[in-house]
Amino acid sequence: MAKIEEYIPIVGQSVIDDLKLLAEKLKGKVIQHINSTSVGGGVAEILTRIVPLLRELGVDTRWDLIKGGEQFFETTKKFHNSLHARPEVITERDFEIFAETSQKNIEEMQISGDIVFVHDPQPIALVKKKTDNKWIWRCHIDVSNPNAQVWQFLMDFIGQYDSAVFSAPSFSRKLPIRQFLISPSIDPLSDKNKDLPRETIDSVLKKYNILQDKPIITQISRFDRLKDPLGVIEAYLQVKKYINCQLILAGGTATDDPEGLKVLEEVKERVKQDNDIHILLLAQNDIEVNALQRASDVIIQKSIKEGFGLTVAEALWKAKPVVASNVGGIPLQIKHKYSGLLCHSIEGATFALKQLLNSPEYAKKLGKNGQEHIRNNFLLTRHLRDYMLLFLSLFHTQDIVYL
Amino acid sequence: MIKAKEPFRFHTRLHLSELTGLRAATLSQLLRLIKEVPGASIYHHTHRFLQQHQYLSPEPPNDFAYWVSGVLGEDELGERLASIDTIQYPTIRSLRDKIASTIEDYLKNNALAKLKFAREGEEFYFIKSVSFVVPTNYIASDLAEFTQVLKKITIESIYFHIFEARLRLEKQTNDFSNWIETSIGDKKLADKISSLDPYTRTLEDLRKTLINIMEKRISS
Repeated sequence: MAKIEEYIPIVGQSVIDDLKLLAEKLKGKVIQHINSTSVGGGVAEILTRIVPLLRELGVDTRWDLIKGGEQFFETTKKFHNSLHARPEVITERDFEIFAETSQKNIEEMQISGDIVFVHDPQPIALVKKKTDNKWIWRCHIDVSNPNAQVWQFLMDFIGQYDSAVFSAPSFSRKLPIRQFLISPSIDPLSDKNKDLPRETIDSVLKKYNILQDKPIITQISRFDRLKDPLGVIEAYLQVKKYINCQLILAGGTATDDPEGLKVLEEVKERVKQDNDIHILLLAQNDIEVNALQRASDVIIQKSIKEGFGLTVAEALWKAKPVVASNVGGIPLQIKHKYSGLLCHSIEGATFALKQLLNSPEYAKKLGKNGQEHIRNNFLLTRHLRDYMLLFLSLFHTQDIVYL
Repeated sequence: MIKAKEPFRFHTRLHLSELTGLRAATLSQLLRLIKEVPGASIYHHTHRFLQQHQYLSPEPPNDFAYWVSGVLGEDELGERLASIDTIQYPTIRSLRDKIASTIEDYLKNNALAKLKFAREGEEFYFIKSVSFVVPTNYIASDLAEFTQVLKKITIESIYFHIFEARLRLEKQTNDFSNWIETSIGDKKLADKISSLDPYTRTLEDLRKTLINIMEKRISS
């Protein structure tokens, strides 16, 4: 895991100095993160990186997990889907299962934090243990159109916290507590984002039989309808009429997701004999994702719905021109025509792809702007800074705080 | 080299975005909320771009201008909002009044603009800036030391002393000019800095300009 000093060449000494100043102000406070899993998923991934860095900065940070059985996690998965506005049948029994497991965790979990930082709905009921310490609820989910029944159920808990945190402005709604906007981030030193030697990129292309004889358009996403892979193929086919190019659709294996397998079959059916479309099933291989992004001329992210869409930040960090849908957290990452092109339809995506492929100088400028935007706003160091400011905000209610 | 009566302690300003849960889908809603939201929200939407898009060429649009043009398609109003000369307004209150009156005047002559709605998910979301002001370890006792520090402090620090001190803390002028005039006694140099329009530069360009002015003064 990278040390804090290793970020200096990327973000500058002064950014790291600021982090140290803030960490000083948190001396003596214990921060306790609580979520439901230590591996897999975005929350665990970010905590794995943030917790050691906070400790290195001198902030006493702990990380605990709640326990739950299969039934509990099936229920919370249903909650998750319904908060994402996907149709789910939620029964009284689901709420009972949630309450029973929550009660066990309330009894067993040792609360040691001056600040308790609870991630997502699974551990939300722990707030019943609140004493005179401060509690934050961090929602990592797109709750712009939540199922009203589930949201109302969660509201009984949310109201007991001191503050809530959301990833995008559109996820916010009127709450009786303070709420903050903190976007997720990418780690520039991770395998997915670090610089790669040319030979690594070439060897990955060779492995998948991809020649660099024509421009490459790439979408990195799991095979899921919400990522609209069929729409991407359609846009590519329209572009192909004018520009000889190739398409890479690369994503994780979908063996545990029947719906995903079905989408993959549909994609393969649609592709048929086109040798310029490469469908790649990548088994959680961050270096390969990195190499494919770096080998691409244009990156597309044509999602229909998106939590935050960090694949956009990953592409921009590599100074790639990006065409992406105007959904979820994507407009925070792309200002249309400044740091990429936003679209609302297959036709819009087609037009944007043609523009970028035909105007390499323009494409280069957007990519460069995008890279600087990510450097200033979406790297792990900004995330660390925001979390420390969030902790400090619990002890200050003014709009201008002198530390 | 003249020693300052009081040394200058550089501060930095870090900010956290606080969500208000308020959103506007039409110009009428935007106008009503602009009049109601806390000053910290007007400040956020007129200054966020400076810090978040510091690589962009000058004249970064404010969020109101960007939304009105980009989402509602009202380019003329967008242009009028983007060209509000922020430096002329000594307080957030006066800046808020100017933004509101610009929208009101436009709606009087363009009644159809009231009928435009933002698509779902593209509404204007009001956010507040919460500022944390932290003293840094950098202190200057004369212009030479001051110039050296200017070269290495964060742009957040320059931002704080130039923008936030003047408008949000209502100090009338920026902190640099104030110190140069009262502690160094160089009114000419102080005036030169306060007459810069910092809103039409990127923050890095502003840093370079300040350093140039200082170095010229030191060598003269």
